[in-house]
Amino acid sequence: MAWSLICSRPCPRWNGNSNSRLMKELAVEQVERDAMEFDVMIVGAGPAGLSAACRLMQQAGEAGRELTVCMVEKGSEVGAHILSGAIFEPRALQELFPDWQERGAPLTTPAVRDEVYLLKDDTKAWKLPNALVPPSMHNTGGEITRYVISAGNLCRWLAEQAEGLGVEIFPGFAAQEVIVEDGAVRGIVIGDMGVAADGTPQDGYTPGMELRAKYTLFAEGSRGHLGKRLIERFELDEGRDPQHYGIGLKELWDIPAEKHQPGLILHGSGWPLDKQAQGGWFLYHAENRQAVVGLIVDLSYRNPWLSPFDEFQRLKHHPVLKHHLEGGERVAYGARAITKGGLNCLPKMTFPGGLLIGCDAGTLNFAKIKGLHTAMKSGLVAGETVFEAIMSGDEGGQELSAFTAKWERSWAHAELEASASFGSAIHRYGTVLGGAYNFTNQLLGGRLPNLHDTTADHASLEPAAECEQIVYPKPDGKLSFDKLSSVFLSNTNHEENQPCHLRLTDPELPIRENLPRYAEPAQRYCPAGVYEVVEDDHGKPRFQINFQNCVHCKTCDIKDPAQNITWIAPEGGGGPNYPNM
Amino acid sequence: MKVLVAIKRVIDYNVKIRVKSDHSDVDLTNVKMAMNPFCEIAVEEAVRLKEKGVATEVVVVTIGPKAAQEQLRTALALGADRAIHVETDLRVESLGAARALAKIVEEQQPGLVILGKQAIDTDNNQTGQMLAALTGLPQGTFASEVAVEDGRLRVTREIDGGLETLELTLPAIVTTDLRLNEPRYAKLPDIMKAKKKPLEVRTPADLGVELASRIKLLKVEPPAERQAGIKVGSVDELIDKLKNEAKVIS
Amino acid sequence: MSILVLAEHHNGVLADATAHVVAAARQIGGELHVLVVGEGVAAIAEAASKLDGVGRVLVADHANYAHLLAEPTAALMAQLADDYGHVLAAASTTGKNVLPRLAALKGVGQISEIIAVQGVDTFKRPIYAGNAIATVQSEDTLKVITVRATAFDAVAATQSDDGAAIEAIDFVADNDQSTFIEEQLAESDRPELGSAKVVISGGRGMGSRENFQLLERIADKLGAAIGASRAAVDAGFAPNDMQVGQTGKIVAPELYIAVGISGAIQHLAGMKDAKVIVAINKDEDAPIFQVADYGLVADLFEALPALERQL
Repeated sequence: MAWSLICSRPCPRWNGNSNSRLMKELAVEQVERDAMEFDVMIVGAGPAGLSAACRLMQQAGEAGRELTVCMVEKGSEVGAHILSGAIFEPRALQELFPDWQERGAPLTTPAVRDEVYLLKDDTKAWKLPNALVPPSMHNTGGEITRYVISAGNLCRWLAEQAEGLGVEIFPGFAAQEVIVEDGAVRGIVIGDMGVAADGTPQDGYTPGMELRAKYTLFAEGSRGHLGKRLIERFELDEGRDPQHYGIGLKELWDIPAEKHQPGLILHGSGWPLDKQAQGGWFLYHAENRQAVVGLIVDLSYRNPWLSPFDEFQRLKHHPVLKHHLEGGERVAYGARAITKGGLNCLPKMTFPGGLLIGCDAGTLNFAKIKGLHTAMKSGLVAGETVFEAIMSGDEGGQELSAFTAKWERSWAHAELEASASFGSAIHRYGTVLGGAYNFTNQLLGGRLPNLHDTTADHASLEPAAECEQIVYPKPDGKLSFDKLSSVFLSNTNHEENQPCHLRLTDPELPIRENLPRYAEPAQRYCPAGVYEVVEDDHGKPRFQINFQNCVHCKTCDIKDPAQNITWIAPEGGGGPNYPNM
Repeated sequence: MKVLVAIKRVIDYNVKIRVKSDHSDVDLTNVKMAMNPFCEIAVEEAVRLKEKGVATEVVVVTIGPKAAQEQLRTALALGADRAIHVETDLRVESLGAARALAKIVEEQQPGLVILGKQAIDTDNNQTGQMLAALTGLPQGTFASEVAVEDGRLRVTREIDGGLETLELTLPAIVTTDLRLNEPRYAKLPDIMKAKKKPLEVRTPADLGVELASRIKLLKVEPPAERQAGIKVGSVDELIDKLKNEAKVIS
Repeated sequence: MSILVLAEHHNGVLADATAHVVAAARQIGGELHVLVVGEGVAAIAEAASKLDGVGRVLVADHANYAHLLAEPTAALMAQLADDYGHVLAAASTTGKNVLPRLAALKGVGQISEIIAVQGVDTFKRPIYAGNAIATVQSEDTLKVITVRATAFDAVAATQSDDGAAIEAIDFVADNDQSTFIEEQLAESDRPELGSAKVVISGGRGMGSRENFQLLERIADKLGAAIGASRAAVDAGFAPNDMQVGQTGKIVAPELYIAVGISGAIQHLAGMKDAKVIVAINKDEDAPIFQVADYGLVADLFEALPALERQL
């Protein structure tokens, strides 16, 4: 059989130290794999993938046609790896399920009030008058009711709808490789289960299956590890600006009843990031006496001493935020990268045999700081395009250029276009209003709306010696916490005895180059304490990877200055177990 | 021989539990649920007995809310042949569960019943023993090895300080300890097939059992935070404190 | 109503746990009898009669009761239970094996592993692996309870020379269902991590696999099991089966000595139920000191040899 894998892991045989190990690993590599065939394969049970799945089955039902749709999800259940703000515009949902209310969609908390702040320092703040809030930041008023939701719960609900429509969803199964035959994607290979840390099969070893399909939709979310390979393999980013990312850190709090105002929405920027980095924070009052608080830091930051995690922790001490959280209890923590480059950076979403949708491609509207509705819309368009192709007798493997046409005509694309030009408008707007410009600009992620930013995020760091070292306050254990007790609240776990899923192309590089030049920034940008520089027996620095802590945010894959870290999927079911995040 | 396996839906072992602010119970909203790990071991053992040709059929049963059918499907994907769901939204204590299971045993007439030794939510460690009492069957609890020989069951038990081997007449009740086996991963085609395996829904009423418990849960609190003790100045002082104050060494 | 306590014994000796369970029974209050079940257990009964607060010792001494198999032991206790308001046993593998069977024979619920007595019918017990404490109330007339021995201080031996009266029980429960075949008691000098009374654990501060030998020598002297933090396991200093913590073993020994362990919450999750925690660390800000009963800020390479010499 002539098929090749886009090998997303540096092939273990090149790392083998001894012959015996090499042989054992080869045994794993050459194992017989079972295969299954479907009409459509979807990687990732997030908003985009689930919307596509539901749309495919709805159409199949209407046409009275049998259609097999299979979806794999690396999280232990649907929603386990979903983390978002989130304020939700139900436009795409309305298109997918006009009766979503009767179906019990978890949209229970309408947005009732917007507040926008510029934090001047660690105590002072300026509350922006409504007139100065950019229109895209308004979450109340207008024709559409927006909702404060848990994206995790939205996905769990969508998964129920999808299963009801006949989609086969397999949580706990991670897509590890893409099957490419004759230049076209033909499906994926599931990661093996039960491989020991040294790569040898252990008790319970189960080789991953080949899941083949006429079309495969990649909906892995931001910086999907297969999406990244596909972009390279099919040169999907040709002629685009380098993609830009942010890291979003989020906590869920139970807050005292007397402070709880369901639907209250706070956004802000300024301190503590100030000039160090662009970004902004959010604090929403959700249902059940809970509030969510988060900070998004653009990964284009320059100072390698910056720690997004510690910025987030100290942010919560600002009186504006503290007021809402004090007396409450933190119940969950997590972090996830955000693809935020917008239209200028959006890669081509089609390639032979498949589509790249949602944040895996980069459909988020950063002017609104919302990506759920546009991701869902890309899924709907994908579902419609693929169904049409299959109905017309297409046997798969084609490049669905019809998708591009349909996507470009969609309201979601129009929104992204508007935001792209909104970016330059901001600049003009800002020159008139002076200080207000600065504020608004920061609010929207600073350089982000720049039409063309050609420096990739990993290339933005300046040498540590040339940057101001940032000293962060110690956590107080009430509002702010250390990294490990935070990871504890992400319910993260990985089977210990498995190969490390964070691959270093050059294992010596972190200590040889990153440490002297950038004081090894992985120690600080990782929000889960995965990377440490520790001393070995002889007092020499050693790069330690605690992969069990990994919350699958993908920041390391994005920000490592040498692009030396490759994130691949660990054993299915590993990673965080987020509740309603 | 038919093997009956009883399983329980519990909070996933990776999830940190949180007590409700009114201290009425642990908060289970939005948390991931899963099959109790000891029950997974029970299912695995039954399936292995079937693969060895000892068991002819593996029937899995649970008592719990509708959502517990997810765990029955998992057991079916792991190799059980059919499932019985005793549906109830009540908080079921061990005695109630054992009463319902005794009825199922009476109906199904299994040659062997396997349960997890305890559920990781209430940590009771009771149901198997109670079921044995109610059915009048012998029990092999905390099993780390199970074998059927000449129509009798040889079971090795994990006891304080070592292992104990017993021989039981069949039918018998076995509860599993951690070292009995390493459960397998469900395979994707098996998960698909599991959706089509038979699942029968029963109610406590049609079994004629009363599930309400006479053990009332008054309050659930987070454990007391450990307080920092004292700093000692030297190894001498430490040993003195351990011997004479804490009295933990002699 | 009176209370019946099932005596715990091993190798012909009354186990310490019994004195702890008697302590719990005394907190409930009432006439207190100890039941000794087994074969050739006269000396054990004698020892039980000397426990402070015990009013009478019942002895069921018969070959059928050897090894306290669940079927005859529960049947015997079911015969006796009607005279009592409470039946207690240690939450040992014996108590956990027998008492639920007894409870079901009597048609009552069972309360497992109590750690506090709140009243004659109300008790505290850990649930969710100790991550929550439940207060439960039994509405049954007979309360069948197992007791976490370490949660109650043992009663002392009685001051008087003659102990409580010892009374033989004639009832012999038949047993044609279960047969004892053999017992293999662990003979290792080093107890198992999960059940050891003393655990000494090393963290990344140990520096190397070789340095873990410093712990071994102390463990030998204390009869302790050796544990490790995940950081030490990840650094290759110790094998994974020695890991104590959220992703490793959860231990609740009487004494836990943490050496060179910073005390990340993941580690604390595995040992916070230890009765006494000792921390030895050179970083006085290490979080482990926030939970330690005795903290020693010291270089472990000096403290450990000193500890070994003086034990």
